[in-house]
Amino acid sequence: MSEASGFALSCPLPITTTDRVLLGHGSGGRMTADFIARYFLPAFRNSYLDRLDDQAVLSIASARLAFTTDAHVVTPLFFPGGDIGMLAVNGTVNDLAMAGARPLYLSAAFILEEGFPLSQLERIVESMRVAAKAAGVLLVTGDTKVVDRGKADGCFITTSGVGVVAHDRDITAAGARPGDRVILSGAIAEHGTAIMAARAELDVETPIVSDSAPLHELVLAVLDAGGEIRCLRDPTRGGVATALNEIARQSRMGMVLDEEQVLVREPVRGICELLGFDPLYVANEGKLLAIVEPGTTDATLAAMRRRPEGRDARVIGEVVDDPEALVVLKTRVGGRRIVDMLPGDQLPRIC
Amino acid sequence: MKYLDEYRDGQVAAKIRAEIERTVTRPWTLMEICGGQTHSIVKHGVDRMLPPSVELVHGPGCPVCVTPLEQIDKAHAIARQPNVTFTSFGDMLRVPGSHTDLLRLKSQGADVRIVYAPLDAVRLAQEHPGREVVFFAIGFETTAPANALAVTRAAALGVKNFSMLVSHVLVPPAIAAVLEAPGNRVQGFLGPGHVCTVVGYRDYERLADRYRVPIVITGFEPVDILDGVLRTVRLLESGKVGVENQYSRVVSREGNPAAQRLVASAFEVCDRKWRGIGTIPRSGLRLRPEHEGYDAERRFAVDTLETAEPSVCISGEILRGLKKPHDCPAFGEACTPAHPLGATMVSAEGACAAYFAYGRRRTQEMSR
Repeated sequence: MSEASGFALSCPLPITTTDRVLLGHGSGGRMTADFIARYFLPAFRNSYLDRLDDQAVLSIASARLAFTTDAHVVTPLFFPGGDIGMLAVNGTVNDLAMAGARPLYLSAAFILEEGFPLSQLERIVESMRVAAKAAGVLLVTGDTKVVDRGKADGCFITTSGVGVVAHDRDITAAGARPGDRVILSGAIAEHGTAIMAARAELDVETPIVSDSAPLHELVLAVLDAGGEIRCLRDPTRGGVATALNEIARQSRMGMVLDEEQVLVREPVRGICELLGFDPLYVANEGKLLAIVEPGTTDATLAAMRRRPEGRDARVIGEVVDDPEALVVLKTRVGGRRIVDMLPGDQLPRIC
Repeated sequence: MKYLDEYRDGQVAAKIRAEIERTVTRPWTLMEICGGQTHSIVKHGVDRMLPPSVELVHGPGCPVCVTPLEQIDKAHAIARQPNVTFTSFGDMLRVPGSHTDLLRLKSQGADVRIVYAPLDAVRLAQEHPGREVVFFAIGFETTAPANALAVTRAAALGVKNFSMLVSHVLVPPAIAAVLEAPGNRVQGFLGPGHVCTVVGYRDYERLADRYRVPIVITGFEPVDILDGVLRTVRLLESGKVGVENQYSRVVSREGNPAAQRLVASAFEVCDRKWRGIGTIPRSGLRLRPEHEGYDAERRFAVDTLETAEPSVCISGEILRGLKKPHDCPAFGEACTPAHPLGATMVSAEGACAAYFAYGRRRTQEMSR
């Protein structure tokens, strides 16, 4: 019946090049990593930047200071559980926290679009005030620019921050060793799912709220309790899968994860199933991943669980010796698969 | 979560797996038709749970992968036009045509948007009466009802600035093509659960009878797939042909008559080219003549495009189940999801992309 039998098979040309920035370059996945390695690292190469941590830890006079910056763009600007202002404060606070630092001072730069409602700006500023107070940081300097209508999406905020590192540990993505435990501080994918649900205008019976929260007290509590933390990441864009792949790659170690231990709350799972997303790749704004020395696992867990933001902390896996740095997941049903870094953004599947 | 957890239960899976091992006496090659099944198999590691004598090959049921180059090039030509808002399901955006893909066109200023439902495209057209809103209507029988609804709704609402670029395909002619291909190794099929939810499985009874093969209409969760494999292997071991319905919690023999009527009111059967496979007679759907006003191909006159597809990868053989992704020398090296050489590396449902994402690229890893 078919002409297929004698058919010469063919397939498309690879599109390996682009002369323009693509959205995937900002996805946090492999395209972002390649992009940074190609366009930024060679230009600014130095021992701080090359570590590719969420912050740089600088020794100035006798003090160790953590320093970081983070640009915030989000649609919609206001979503269940937060808004761009809260993200702008907590995002930078958490980048500092991932060095075990106590965040102290922030700067904020606003790029505002002509015509942006001042009532919305007031809400954003108030939200930043509340978040800064809660995190114990002062916003000490800033800048404002206004661009023509159509040249920005309402409001973009860039925050930078400094914090003081009171311990002498070297917490870095390159620090994982075989046998270390992988600890996740709570349920995943809540921020990204809240945003997607808001964008898709889904009327969900149980509203999903962003988990945006400061994490430095959680980290400091673990350090005080004697938890030997080797690496810390807050799995924001790209989710838990991307953060663990970054650690695996920087450390040149593999990981074996247990799907059963990765907590995904029911409404979040429901939305992800509905929209065709894998929660492992969905953003978090109030969770952390800690790679800890196995002997201090219990102390770490106990310290985390005493705080509300670490109540659901669990060991989700183990670091293993593997020069190829593969992250493997033992699936609930009894299979295994590699959890790789995505090239660009997760795209919803057709069916 | 109800209807998910019980079908991902490790103990139930282990029982079925043991039963498969007890049942199998010799090697069998099965094909899962649906891209959604392929995705689930690799996501949950189901292929790793089967005895070595049961081999799963991945079928042509990834709608994104089989959409022909001509239609993709037409999509790009339409999306380039300044007055057009081009809407599509998400995973179509990364599929390369002769020269580019929709993500790159978007970066060059084209108005390309992801929609979850075709009706969202109709709504966009209503909200932006000054723009031409085009929806890329691809997929199997599963997406056909929703796409048919978009056309009939647009007609009922009198929305004139909406049109569809249609590239629909049908499963049964593809199964026949797989079975008639020289060197075919497939002995039994896991039938497409969601397609049969819409159309029922009477056509599959005719196929099973004509080609003397067992077809088990199968769901998408790991326990469904293991159960589908067990049932297919049982039929093969006992020399039986015919159709069994594993996915009976959703699929009936008659399917969904309302959805079928809707599809018939908007579309008619036509010959269709499949990317990597070739033209299969009566394997597609196009808009009926009374809806030709909504046909983007007519509205934008883009039928004289030159397509260029070099033959460098084996995606055609993969789509027909003759080869596995790791049989390709480019797999995971020159060809990755970020830089796909072939359509099967592009969609999350594509066999190569699924293999890559969920790690079948090395056998060494299995020993852990």
